[in-house]
Amino acid sequence: MTDVALDSTRKARKAQFAEFWHYFKENRGAVIGLWVFMTLVFLAVFADIISPHEPNIQDRTAFLLPPAWIDGGRLEFLLGTDAVGRDVLSRLLHGAQFSLFIGVFVVSIALAGGISLGLISGFFGGVIDTAIMRIMDVILAFPSLLLALVLVALLGPGLVNAMIAIALVLQPHFVRLTRASVMAERNREYVIAAQVAGAGNTRLMFRTILPNCTAPLIVQATLSFSNAILDAAALGFLGMGAQPPTPEWGTMLAEAREFILSAWWVVTFPGVAILITVLAINLIGDGLRDALDPKLKRS
Amino acid sequence: MFGFILRRVGMLIPTFIGVSLVSFFFIRLIPGDPIILMSGERGISPERYAQFQELFGYNKPIIVQYFDYLLAVLQGDLGKSISTKLPVWSEFFVRFPATLELSFVAIFLAVTIGVPAGIIAAVKRATSVDHSIMGIALVGYSMPIFWSALMMIIVFSGMLGWTPVSGRLSFMFFPESITGFMLVDTWLSGEKGAFASAVHHLVLPSIALATIPLAVIARQTRSAMLEVLGEDYIRTARAKGLGRRRVIGLHALRNALIPVITTIGLQVGVLMAGAILTETIFSWPGIGKWMVESISRRDYPVIQGGLLMIAFLVMFVNLMVDLLYGLINPRIRHQ
Repeated sequence: MTDVALDSTRKARKAQFAEFWHYFKENRGAVIGLWVFMTLVFLAVFADIISPHEPNIQDRTAFLLPPAWIDGGRLEFLLGTDAVGRDVLSRLLHGAQFSLFIGVFVVSIALAGGISLGLISGFFGGVIDTAIMRIMDVILAFPSLLLALVLVALLGPGLVNAMIAIALVLQPHFVRLTRASVMAERNREYVIAAQVAGAGNTRLMFRTILPNCTAPLIVQATLSFSNAILDAAALGFLGMGAQPPTPEWGTMLAEAREFILSAWWVVTFPGVAILITVLAINLIGDGLRDALDPKLKRS
Repeated sequence: MFGFILRRVGMLIPTFIGVSLVSFFFIRLIPGDPIILMSGERGISPERYAQFQELFGYNKPIIVQYFDYLLAVLQGDLGKSISTKLPVWSEFFVRFPATLELSFVAIFLAVTIGVPAGIIAAVKRATSVDHSIMGIALVGYSMPIFWSALMMIIVFSGMLGWTPVSGRLSFMFFPESITGFMLVDTWLSGEKGAFASAVHHLVLPSIALATIPLAVIARQTRSAMLEVLGEDYIRTARAKGLGRRRVIGLHALRNALIPVITTIGLQVGVLMAGAILTETIFSWPGIGKWMVESISRRDYPVIQGGLLMIAFLVMFVNLMVDLLYGLINPRIRHQ
């Protein structure tokens, strides 16, 4: 490509982003969500530096201490301690690392698998399409959490297996979305033109068609990100996800359950952390949907 | 309409086969030999092993095994639980009414609150009312229900003492199980206070389970209403001089409710997933708690049978929703 052409592509991209940002920032909730999310990323990345204590170190003088602002609380344990004397705040901060990692990992696998299958399905059609879509129907026939639970029971409890299971369960949504977009684009002039110009199938699928199907996929990826965090926490809560003493938020809730009526803080804060994270991501998701695809606005 | 029903049922056959394959292969994918797993820690003699192989048909070719399994499933034979030695089929139906009762109440709450909330938000679009309703819905949608359930226990059972922490009924009452639905059985028993106790026990679990469907239904109703309110026939109806209430209630709502019904139907899968968490937290003796316990006990026949039954249930409800959709929307029927 010549310099001039490259320059104009760059300019077009810039203009595209400016337009997207213009619509995105109209949505106040989405901007707040983005700020909260960025703060969470910051806290997760620097958790080791920010945390006042080690997440797994037990202080034998401080079992089930209430938060600092309540009688009996100590300032060094701002959000109190759990049943074995670990600092709740430090565990929450380290838990953010797990939750964000879960989201990134699950969405990456689900996206990669879903896009590939959806592209193949929509591009080739026929028997391949039918076979792929029927398999996706089967996955969708099971309630997602139940299927994830059973898969984890098969693979063995643990965070990695839980993430694989959740990715598998979330994948059909990406397959369906990609397939629908590909089918809408498949017979457009620009695709035919590329084909006539001699582009091979792989190039047509990934370079020509895929970039024009990204808007709904980005929105779905955001929603799946929050679903992944919720499902992983639910699996952890049921004892099938991350195993103690991992400071994963769902696992923390499971460990704290027996103190529900005696020490409210050990149950309350991990849940608040999950809620804030998921809420922030869903707010961003709503904003992205409005900004990226006006057609989707009402659906 | 008959052709439509036939077509729609026909489309289910591949999914049915797929679901049965998943549940069939599930037990064969477990690392290790299922017979040795089932025999527990004490091990098994080679003679008994051969007997079991014969009994379960594990010595036959895999394809024959699958058809034997399919035939058994169609006759209502889902195998026996390892821990209770009872047939999985009857174990399922002992617990099913509890889940059904909880789900009914939850979906009732979700629809009776969610639909009006969505309508109000749409009619008062871009006002503080709309923003508040949608804000609450988004929080509900983002809520980890296993946590909100615990929070409700802390506040309403712990601090205020209004509701019981777990179970379906106070230990003081023993109504005869006629329908399996505690609300109906306690009502029929006529025992003083029994029905009230059943209601008390149902309040928190059903609210917890209703949270997400309620939020989804409210959001969907709002967007469906907004879409319909922008249509030409609404403007025509208004121009003709019809009252606002009549236009919204009669002309708009009827058309807006079509996609909402689909959404409500799709919530069945969500409810089943939610039941797993809600029942575990409130010790509600239903299918969800049964599955979680079976998974932690590694009671494979129960997991296999339960998985299959739940998938059938979700497929059945989705089929019903589709048929209902065809019934109220002729455009779909003739596609």
